[in-house]
Amino acid sequence: MDRLVVSAASILRLAPHIVFRFDETRQRWIMMAPERLMLPDEQAVEILQLMDGQTGVGTIIDTLAARYSQAPRELIARDVTAMLQDLADKGVLADGVTD
Amino acid sequence: MASRIEPPLALLAEVTHRCPLRCPYCSNPIELDRASHELPEQEWRRVLTQAAALGVLQVHFSGGEPMVRRDLAALIGEASRCGLYSNLITSGTLGGERELQTFAAAGLKHVQLSFQDSTSNGGDRIAGLPRAHEKKIAFAKAVRAVGLPLTLNVVVHRQNVAGLAEMIEMAVALQARRIEIAHVQYYGWALANRGALLPTREQLDAATGLVETTRERLKGVLTIDYVVPDYYAVRPKSCMNGWGRQFLNVTPAGKVVPCHAAQTIADLVVPSVRDGSLADIWYHSEAFNRFRGTGWMPEPCRSCDRREIDWGGCRCQAFLLAGDASRADPVCSLSPDHSIIETARQEAQSLSHAFAYRHYG
Repeated sequence: MDRLVVSAASILRLAPHIVFRFDETRQRWIMMAPERLMLPDEQAVEILQLMDGQTGVGTIIDTLAARYSQAPRELIARDVTAMLQDLADKGVLADGVTD
Repeated sequence: MASRIEPPLALLAEVTHRCPLRCPYCSNPIELDRASHELPEQEWRRVLTQAAALGVLQVHFSGGEPMVRRDLAALIGEASRCGLYSNLITSGTLGGERELQTFAAAGLKHVQLSFQDSTSNGGDRIAGLPRAHEKKIAFAKAVRAVGLPLTLNVVVHRQNVAGLAEMIEMAVALQARRIEIAHVQYYGWALANRGALLPTREQLDAATGLVETTRERLKGVLTIDYVVPDYYAVRPKSCMNGWGRQFLNVTPAGKVVPCHAAQTIADLVVPSVRDGSLADIWYHSEAFNRFRGTGWMPEPCRSCDRREIDWGGCRCQAFLLAGDASRADPVCSLSPDHSIIETARQEAQSLSHAFAYRHYG
């Protein structure tokens, strides 16, 4: 298996067996992976909610840039790509097109 | 108790102690629960429902070998209905693709499969079961064939750690995304066999170095989780991330404990799912409150600036080695009982390979 490298052209979705849901007990979004619980922060939750297996990373960045017009698009692009690469390296993301 | 008690994150459901393997470091207690004492399916269903209501997010079906139970698929199904994320911890020596299909259909999310070595000879000898290794290889392929994610779990010690590189390569070849490399922790069966299992300092350093370089090389391909033997640490492990903070374990007979070894603490009054709800036990039982937080701590823990990092280390280890579960974990170099650990390290220089397999008493 090769490493999944994230770029603006990537189309991503959650890997099978990853559960991203709202936890009523703790009143927050959680992400569960094999033997791992992740507590995504507000920004990560927003990005994950935009990730549907069809929308490209570039489009997600555009959406966020429009939502937060005070931040430079370049900075948003860097943060979003880094966060998604980190999740990809943890095995949380899969290629939206090929799988 | 200063701070609020948080709900638990994970439940280890030890549905049975029965197992075809006889590993000399088995984490089950020396006093194994017999099949006739196991909770029936209906009671396990109730435990799962109560766990989810209490805030548990993940359930690990373990044992013994959980696949000896014919109702395992039904229990996985119940866990899924409750919204629990379920994980199967198995030796992979019973069943294969047909059972795994049933589990996947019931909502199983992940399989953790144990290996005892990188070779058949070594693996079968340590497991005490002929053809165990070959069955595990076939089982790993079946896990991937049904599309479930796979973690390999390898317990390492003096007698197999030299093959660590091959074990990691085996994980990649079997398409595991994760490998858990855990040095033996010395409780119960493993403590009795410590003289034959504890690695030398040189072996440990070589293994740790290998893990570090391989982790970098396999980034994004294979995640390596690594548990070091605390006998060589300066400070204790944060055992279970603290007593009664995140984790609870239900034994085959329905005892509820803060960790799988807690029954070794002789004077601990262990509650049962038959006595009250999991919520009652989690929040109000003497067993779960006894070592919660920092109020119970003696010196040197009480004034230590790491008291909320390692939570005083392991209570079972304090009991087993120092004879008192409320003393500092002897692996800590600040513990007054630390010489016990130094002696054990010296013993690791011996050449003894003789160990006793686990067995029913």
